[in-house]
Amino acid sequence: MTSLPDKPSGKKLGLVIDLDTCVGCHACAVSCKEWNTTGYIAPLTDRNPYGAEADGVWLNRVHSYEVRPGTEGSGGMTVNFPRSCLHCEEPACVTVCPTGASYKRAEDGIVLVNPDTCIGCKLCSWACPYGAREYDEDHGVMKKCTLCVDRIYNENLAPEDRKPACVRACPTGARHFGDLGDPESAVSALVRERGGYDLMPGLGYRPVNKYLPPRERRTGTDSGPEALEPLDPANPVAGDGVFRWLDRVLSR
Amino acid sequence: MAAPGEPKVETSPKIADEVKYTTCYMCACRCGIKVHLKDGTVRYIEGNRDHPVNKGVLCAKGSAGIMQHYSPARLRNPLKRVGPRGSGEFKEIDWEEALSTAAGWLGEVRAREPRKLAFFTGRDQSQALTGWWASQFGTPNHAAHGGFCSVNMAAAGLYTIGGSFWEFGEPDWSRTRYFLMFGVAEDHDSNPIKIGLGKLKQRGAKFVSLNPVRSGYSAIADEWIGIRPGTDGLFVFALIHELLHAGKIDLDYLVRYTNAPWLVIDDPGAAEDGLFARGGDGKPLAWDRAAGAPVNAMLPDITPAMSGEYILPDGRKVVPSMNRLVERYSNAVFAPEAVAERVGVPAATIKRIAAELAQAAFEEEIVLDIPWTDWAGRRHEKTIGRPVAMHAMRGISAHSNGFHTCRAIHILQLLLGSIDCPGGFRYKPPFPKPIPPGLKPADQAGPGQPLGGPPLGFPTGPEDLLVDADGTPRRIDKAFSWEAPISNHGMMHMVIANAAKRDPYAIEVLFLYMANMGWNSAMSVASTLKALTETDPETGDYVIPKIIYSDAYFSETVPYADLILPDTTYLERWDCISLLDRPISEAEGPGDAIRQPVVAPDRNVRPFQDVLIDLGARIGLPGFVKEDGGAAYPGGYADYIVNHERAPGVGSLAGWRGAGGDSHGRGEPNPKQLENYIENQCFWHMKLPESQRYFRHANKEYLDWAVSFGLIGHADQIVMQLYSEPLQKFRLAARGHGERQPPESDRARVETYFDPLPIWYAPLEDAGIETGAFPLHALTQRPMAMYHSWGSQNAWLRQIHGANRLYMNRETATRLGIGEDDWVWVTSSHGKVRGQVRLMDGVNPNTVWTWNAIGKRAGAWNLAPDSPEATKGFLLNHLISELLPEGGGGYRYSNSDPVTGQAAWYDLRVKVEKVTSAEARESAPVLAALDRLPGLEPPPGILRFGAQFKGKPGGGT
Repeated sequence: MTSLPDKPSGKKLGLVIDLDTCVGCHACAVSCKEWNTTGYIAPLTDRNPYGAEADGVWLNRVHSYEVRPGTEGSGGMTVNFPRSCLHCEEPACVTVCPTGASYKRAEDGIVLVNPDTCIGCKLCSWACPYGAREYDEDHGVMKKCTLCVDRIYNENLAPEDRKPACVRACPTGARHFGDLGDPESAVSALVRERGGYDLMPGLGYRPVNKYLPPRERRTGTDSGPEALEPLDPANPVAGDGVFRWLDRVLSR
Repeated sequence: MAAPGEPKVETSPKIADEVKYTTCYMCACRCGIKVHLKDGTVRYIEGNRDHPVNKGVLCAKGSAGIMQHYSPARLRNPLKRVGPRGSGEFKEIDWEEALSTAAGWLGEVRAREPRKLAFFTGRDQSQALTGWWASQFGTPNHAAHGGFCSVNMAAAGLYTIGGSFWEFGEPDWSRTRYFLMFGVAEDHDSNPIKIGLGKLKQRGAKFVSLNPVRSGYSAIADEWIGIRPGTDGLFVFALIHELLHAGKIDLDYLVRYTNAPWLVIDDPGAAEDGLFARGGDGKPLAWDRAAGAPVNAMLPDITPAMSGEYILPDGRKVVPSMNRLVERYSNAVFAPEAVAERVGVPAATIKRIAAELAQAAFEEEIVLDIPWTDWAGRRHEKTIGRPVAMHAMRGISAHSNGFHTCRAIHILQLLLGSIDCPGGFRYKPPFPKPIPPGLKPADQAGPGQPLGGPPLGFPTGPEDLLVDADGTPRRIDKAFSWEAPISNHGMMHMVIANAAKRDPYAIEVLFLYMANMGWNSAMSVASTLKALTETDPETGDYVIPKIIYSDAYFSETVPYADLILPDTTYLERWDCISLLDRPISEAEGPGDAIRQPVVAPDRNVRPFQDVLIDLGARIGLPGFVKEDGGAAYPGGYADYIVNHERAPGVGSLAGWRGAGGDSHGRGEPNPKQLENYIENQCFWHMKLPESQRYFRHANKEYLDWAVSFGLIGHADQIVMQLYSEPLQKFRLAARGHGERQPPESDRARVETYFDPLPIWYAPLEDAGIETGAFPLHALTQRPMAMYHSWGSQNAWLRQIHGANRLYMNRETATRLGIGEDDWVWVTSSHGKVRGQVRLMDGVNPNTVWTWNAIGKRAGAWNLAPDSPEATKGFLLNHLISELLPEGGGGYRYSNSDPVTGQAAWYDLRVKVEKVTSAEARESAPVLAALDRLPGLEPPPGILRFGAQFKGKPGGGT
């Protein structure tokens, strides 16, 4: 079994995902696939890619589902939910690993799999309650989000591009990357302001990634009247009042 | 630095040997991309941060471009049909044989009767070239796919505000306080809308989405209004009704910038009834209250009346067009209570939305410290904005009432004063243009002759139609005929059906590019395939004698052509995104772009545009050959892009013109222009000074600049047209006036639908069928990961959307005894398909819908025949007829908008029934599987893309 770092740096790199603006477009998922299939844990193999049961390795998947209308008259909601490794502070996927291939980096908290020592026993994927790990059967290695460890420090990239591929691609700006261990960081501020939350906190794995809940929807009137006041309240459906109102001096 | 015991991770690998900039082609957005190349392989594609369209982001399709580029469905050699059409029996031939065959067919037609070539292009992004080629060939039978996509939006916009949604304008995402979106699924456009919505939500502006389906963008709206399909026009009229009755309209805006004060002749029965009263100089008249007399309505500082009746000195009675508008929409028939049931939205909601619009427009006015000068030379110290923005697309356009509905939306925007102001809808240069633009569609001039103008244009009266003396259409698609007089984008959806019936005449050659007419771009797949294979009973020859098709991939249409000209992928070609056709400008200023080949083809394929230019030279088209008969553009499309001039100094690209590359807009060809583009990341974009960014329809500095830059012909104020006189001209012809009148059979139709103010009518299909028997509306949308993309054979995208379901409202389904995952028959008056159900709450109860173009014909696109696209995927196209049910005279009109000819995909009505226990649980109809084409290899059973870089410098670890 594998130990967690005894001297973590306090840095907790992770993602903040805004469910208010995620439109479920899959840009993050495909950009992730594209980067990582040539990256640190390459390839992300696709079995039967042009056949009946295409089945590939993805490190990030987007699920769309409906929140049913409530009995109290709430109208229901369609929610798009991107799912990837949460880089937990207490990751069971690491402690369960028999070879040390799964590990949590001391310097930044990223949970990684070392493809050279992974024996493909899949204990980690059983241990992960979030379904964030994907086994590459062809390669015989477990794969998972690397937080683009080969991008975020990459000196061959412009500084503004040193962020995970999913964050770099996201068209609505729903994905944010930063140090959640630093209360002064932009992502920590975002979590505070928007009530960012942990996924299934009761399990005790203390995910680093946070989700921002959908903002309160402004479905009713919140700043104005329920209806306009007619010019001619006595006769609101005939046009006479409108014509009287139009009869004024206007200058072109 | 790895902690003790941790493996060492290479965190700074070299990514690429080389990075090349170009323009994406995975949909219609045309985002800037950076392509990372490693060992000559495309390794990684990312968005270009500096690009005006996508500002660095990239959608799922863009990132999946690698798989499109390396698709096993790519054609590899020119092909010549050797078996019957549809059999897929082809022989690989060389390019010389392919081109000489095509040139022989084309040259012969041109010498005899050029219009017997029907040349239609699909998702063509080179329409400035393809249209010009058709024009030089001499056939009026040309268009791209706009007729079945969004011509209602383009036409309604260009005849009303001189711009349109999407390509010719955009919401002011940074400033709007209230955003109302109509009928936008997850499409048109992709990244710019997503970027915009992200900004909007961050600022806390309110976002309301009207859409029968709550998916995609609608999912993040503050308020989703699940309107009944095809009723948006009524909803908008009810908003207008509310605003008028409350006096919440911007009268100053209307009097200055629209034709609201123009005087309409009120003389029922007369030839000029409903036209604008004009002075001796042809200028429209307004009634000046100060002078108590008619005056030139174009003059500044007059005090025009907006209501009342007046008598001109010649005795004719006139009314301001605003008077007509108020009469119509203040009528109680458009009160929220009167329309609520029909549109499926409570009256209280409509009233509240109207109140919110007024609140945002008038109580949250934006005042910018930007001085500007109006058309009359008057300086304004501030720029005032009404922060209400709107956007509309397919859900409006794909109905047979879409033209009028889109005009209604523009009129709503105008009443609120929110066109080209801060916070409103803003034009993208070269728009606004004169209303409508001055081009007219040209007809065949004669054997061996080019057209006298472009094949597509903007009719303003019956005299501009392409019809014979008896009213018979001159074009094969019947565009610009009485059946669809202002079909500005042609009617591609009618070409094959009409050609197979030789209605109105027989054609010789059908030449198609990048349009899957044999499958998901066809209305009614079965009848289209029958038309493509129809033979003359007397001769046994095909009724459409010769079919040439160019495509990069093995689409369902390929087996039906006689000659295949294989195209390259988008990463292997030159292209230009030109201000002359479909620009990528943004509100701040104009822009254009190129594609450059980032890799060389590894197959015997050629870019379609190179082939077209080559064919033009072979058959000696004017402009494509020099005086000595040699090719005018021996360097192909790249040569043409740089050296072709449409007018002196005006060419395909606006950037870096002039011999030294130092002028923009106008300038002689610059031999280094493409190098200049490449040095500048393959795009050119300029930001206008702040004083030229708003009210450009009436902004003197902007209009003068646009003339000098070659965007418009003159700097006159562009007065927006609430009341459309061109429509009235057609209506007068239907009422028996003028030299050119519709045939008797078309009179009532033209009279009804050419109303100068927007009207609402039920979608036309409803009138011809028993709506009770087909109680549900059926719609399609493209998923965001596949919007406007070319083929779902993409190895990654098909894992996201590999089969489609029929989405049904949970309560509606329960009532019909249908549950989750059930298989059902979906039946229309035209056909039936079988598919599998998924239930949802977020859909209008009277509506079912599915993802379009996921269903594939077995074997096509080099997918395994048992792929879910073929066994579970289905198309609604099988249910849609290209013709409406027979009307009174026995004639079947096209299933299109009667004004613009826009294909009415969304008028479809169906019933849904659970399959019996004995029936198969797979999609239907099933067409015979297509055999793999010659030259294509079986696709790989496993894809390890990226493994090749492992262990190499710059590869994985």
